[in-house]
Amino acid sequence: MGLAQPVIQIRDATFRYGKREIFSGLDLDVFAGEVLTILGPNGCGKSTLLRCIGGVLALDQGTVRLKGRDIASFEANARARKIGFLFQQHTPAFPFAVLDVVSMGRAPHLGLFGAPSSKDIALAEQALERLGLFHLKDQPYTELSGGERQLVLIARTLVQEAEIILLDEPTSHLDFKNQVLSLRTIGALAEQGITMIMTTHDPNHASLFPGKVVLMNQAGRIETGSASEVLTSGALAATYGIEIAVYTMPRRDGLTDLILCNPW
Amino acid sequence: MIKRLPITLMIVAPIALLFGSLFVGRFYVVPIDVARILLGQIFPLTHDWSPSVETIVLQIRLPRALMAMCVGAGLSISGAAYQGMFRNPLVSTDILGVTAASACGAAAALLLALNGVELQIVAFVFGLAGVALTYFLARISNTTPVLMLVLSGIVVAAFFSALLGGVKYIADPDSKLPAITYWLLGSLNGVSLNSLAMALPPIVLGCAGLLLVRWKLNVLTMGDEEAQSLGVRTEFFKGMVILCTTMIAAAAVSVCGIIGWVGLVIPHVARMIVGPDHRVLLPATLSIGATYLLVVDDIARTATAGEIPLGVLTAVIGAPFFAYLLRKTRGIWA
Repeated sequence: MGLAQPVIQIRDATFRYGKREIFSGLDLDVFAGEVLTILGPNGCGKSTLLRCIGGVLALDQGTVRLKGRDIASFEANARARKIGFLFQQHTPAFPFAVLDVVSMGRAPHLGLFGAPSSKDIALAEQALERLGLFHLKDQPYTELSGGERQLVLIARTLVQEAEIILLDEPTSHLDFKNQVLSLRTIGALAEQGITMIMTTHDPNHASLFPGKVVLMNQAGRIETGSASEVLTSGALAATYGIEIAVYTMPRRDGLTDLILCNPW
Repeated sequence: MIKRLPITLMIVAPIALLFGSLFVGRFYVVPIDVARILLGQIFPLTHDWSPSVETIVLQIRLPRALMAMCVGAGLSISGAAYQGMFRNPLVSTDILGVTAASACGAAAALLLALNGVELQIVAFVFGLAGVALTYFLARISNTTPVLMLVLSGIVVAAFFSALLGGVKYIADPDSKLPAITYWLLGSLNGVSLNSLAMALPPIVLGCAGLLLVRWKLNVLTMGDEEAQSLGVRTEFFKGMVILCTTMIAAAAVSVCGIIGWVGLVIPHVARMIVGPDHRVLLPATLSIGATYLLVVDDIARTATAGEIPLGVLTAVIGAPFFAYLLRKTRGIWA
């Protein structure tokens, strides 16, 4: 096999809100099965970058290519068959059953006035099963815990048959256990070949998975590379404005290293 | 899971009550005669009933009962669709100003002493125009954010209410003003086959349109951004829901004045029975809304020697019921 084609190829990407430049000249390749971690303080534009990669927001300059094809050229339906989005959580106004929420993932595969068929419902049930959530299928989505909702929404992106899943702070508002469960699911899906791109506040998440790290700061400065390249105490201090010590520690399996960032 | 009994009831009840509504009234018609008059329209039966009875049943009660059912069903499905689209269970059909605009048009028509058909047309056009105004006022670079729609709706409704006030102020207090006031209270008195024929197409079309998009409404309740990420063309569906709802509400107001609370309360009742899934909820609101307004209109025309304004009755029933819902759910809906 020759050089694998990147799933997401970002070239010279620039985005501005009015005059404020959020990022500029960003180049990045993301390959299948990688987890790309986007780090940075509040308001630095992590979510903006995520939305640009997903084609929800248009770049001011440069391109995002999905398997070689410009993301801007996709129809909404076609894009949603490739890219699943997990936005920051909200509580919906109506208590839909979990299965109904998950089968919404079939929307991009249905016609303009279509509704899920029994085949689509079966796919939704399979996705729930794959994530160990089948027992929740008839429960009201609104009564689930934050962690369960997170996993249900991930199941919905699987029903979309997305090859890339974008997650906006998937661990915020979750307790410690559910953060771990959520992150493990993200890692497991990446191992199955789905490209995961997530924003997070915790630099300790960066080295959990194989994949690159994007470190953004308020001034529009961006560093990209592996966790060990990007997460230096100098770069973290410049980004967050506090002193942070960086440790390298072997993982429990002894195969790879964890990069731990600790301000104490 | 939805049980079979409620579904059977939802199909049988409106039909049974429609039949029942044809023999109750100030002039009692024996049920068997009602049945024979109806069947006589299709099959060759000997016409041994008096022609005046046939007129009462076919020309007065039948159009009125059908109109009550159409308006009840239409306002209820519209309310349910709006509550889904606006992601808010407190929203009702008039949120974008259709009721205020239609009422203003009807009052102006009464002031100008237009006939019934003209009034119906003017009120309908005013309703459409009012919502169009709201829609374009709310538009920001090719999107119509829900919050902008709600705020624009408040502005437009206030504007048409002010115009309505002006119309009332210049109306002759001896003849025109009472007519306007009575008309605004809402009534199905005077519904004829003609007015039914005029109101029916927009209401049926609107209901059909809403039924067509009922699953997409589920997705829309998750919010615009999330729905878009699922490939749903949110602006198209929002526009379609607004168009359908406005056709229904404008047709309803133009034929029977302001009938409040139906579009707010019935979706809640339906949700209590069949749950929040719009695929089931919308058909359920059709049946429950039709049944409800039919029964309330029967009460309006039979309870007293005169006629109780329908809008007054629906409010008198709807407000306490909503208060009960509020207390029961403590503001945590559905």
